[in-house]
Amino acid sequence: MSSVYAARGVPRALETIAAWLLGVLWILPLAYAVWTAFHPAEFATRFVVGAPFTLDNFARAWAAAPFARYYVNTVLLVTLVLGAQLVLVTLAAYAFARFDFPGRNVLFALVLVQLMVMPDVLIVENYRTMSLLGLKDTIVAMALPYMASAFGIFLLRQTFKTVPRELDEAARVEGCGPVALLWKVYVPLARPVYLAYALVSVSYHWNNFLWPLIITNSVESRPLTVGLQVFSSGDQGIDWSVITAATLITTAPLLIAFLLFQRQFVQSFMRAGIR
Amino acid sequence: MTRTAQWLYGWLLLLPAAALLALFTHYPAVATFWHSLHATPKGSRPAAWVGLDNYRQLIDDPIFWKALVNNLWFALGTIPASIALALAMAVWVSGRLAGRGFLRLAYFTPTVLPMIAVANIWLFFYTPEYGLLEKATAALGFGTHNWLGSKDTALACLMVVTVWKEAGFFMIFYLAALQTMSPHLAEAAAIEGASRAYFFRRVTFPLLMPTTFFVLVNAVINAFRLVDQVVVMTRGGPDNATSLLLYYIYEIGFRFWDSAYAGALTMVLLALLASVALVQFWFVERKVHYQ
Repeated sequence: MSSVYAARGVPRALETIAAWLLGVLWILPLAYAVWTAFHPAEFATRFVVGAPFTLDNFARAWAAAPFARYYVNTVLLVTLVLGAQLVLVTLAAYAFARFDFPGRNVLFALVLVQLMVMPDVLIVENYRTMSLLGLKDTIVAMALPYMASAFGIFLLRQTFKTVPRELDEAARVEGCGPVALLWKVYVPLARPVYLAYALVSVSYHWNNFLWPLIITNSVESRPLTVGLQVFSSGDQGIDWSVITAATLITTAPLLIAFLLFQRQFVQSFMRAGIR
Repeated sequence: MTRTAQWLYGWLLLLPAAALLALFTHYPAVATFWHSLHATPKGSRPAAWVGLDNYRQLIDDPIFWKALVNNLWFALGTIPASIALALAMAVWVSGRLAGRGFLRLAYFTPTVLPMIAVANIWLFFYTPEYGLLEKATAALGFGTHNWLGSKDTALACLMVVTVWKEAGFFMIFYLAALQTMSPHLAEAAAIEGASRAYFFRRVTFPLLMPTTFFVLVNAVINAFRLVDQVVVMTRGGPDNATSLLLYYIYEIGFRFWDSAYAGALTMVLLALLASVALVQFWFVERKVHYQ
């Protein structure tokens, strides 16, 4: 809140304490996982200074399941989804923002339906479709339902609409066709929005679980999230040290990227949220 | 550009996205309804028409009602809590508290982590006798309690995880809205002698209404869409105490392979989401916006 109404004196102290209490509470589960993963099992729930530090849990987790393959699958999945999304979303948003064609409003409303009815809830029918297409247990099947993203179309359409018409006209006088115009004027101007969208999309699909769980059935296609679930619910029993190590393995790239580019992440999520 | 060229370009640009949307959003929504009027196909025989039988089964299915009621409690338990916390977090982080960089990081971190991974961590946290929660309650002199294994506490445990995961995400939207708010409003109010609480109640909070509404819609959708934590932590148990609607659909569709009945259940979920959409549309029409 603005500075005139910044808390002072006792209320300020109380608020600071409350904010910190909440902050500590929020970081606690993660700190707990880090502690458990980096210490031998007998220290999993004993917090003593000077407990021996070890990477053994990570080595055992890495050896116990094909995490390398899961990594490859997740990276492929995220790349495929994002690549397709960027192309499809750009074209559709451009159509909605700058072209007049019959049925535009109805089609836009039909696109927005996906904001409510996401692929996450249509698992039964989409599974049937994937079986019919013979795509079960492939990375493509995991990616397909998410490629045409209503959220992305909406976001970019808003951005494209803010491009001044004069710029548009000027480029056209220079002899730019519609496609060149999109590529040379609209896309460069929307770069921050693309970055925002990309970050949101990558973290969504890195973390996505239910649909990949249903549609994949083998090591060759399983992403990290499903791999982690198979690993931790399997014959691993309840060796929490190894399970938390595996948990950190699967989240490490995202977590490190987030810690390094914290500001961009927060700003991107903000940008994606303002409508 | 001629009108026909405009039409042609518009349609052609839209075609790829529209085709995929139709195939994986519109078609399945309609097909779900169609298939829910048939029996689940067995072998190569085509599915028999059964009319509303699947829906009759649904009405007589105590587990469906249990999952629906659970889901409503789950929504009621997670949505107000995560929105209130998100607002508090945003106000704190945008103020001048000591260490707000760390606080913003702490609040937001759960958002970037996969639910499936954090659910594993929380599972450990809740473990009977061995987990951190039990250690803490034991230190305070309470007896042992199987938090996830008991019908009375399992759903509440899942709610805590969900609130923890989502509050930081919603905080971002409040943070963005607070940053666009003009400082002159506060100055003017201060000159008029409004107290801090009054200013928040009568100026800040109403101005945040569109954000609250946006966050609310998202929170409602998430309450019906996200069941990863159920899969990891309880598998709907004990005794279906934590079965949510989408989780039950998953169980019926992919553990018992009864796709027709799962279709009928999906229709209930779609109807719920459609009513959320209608309410949203109604509100937007009436303009809850102040700008």
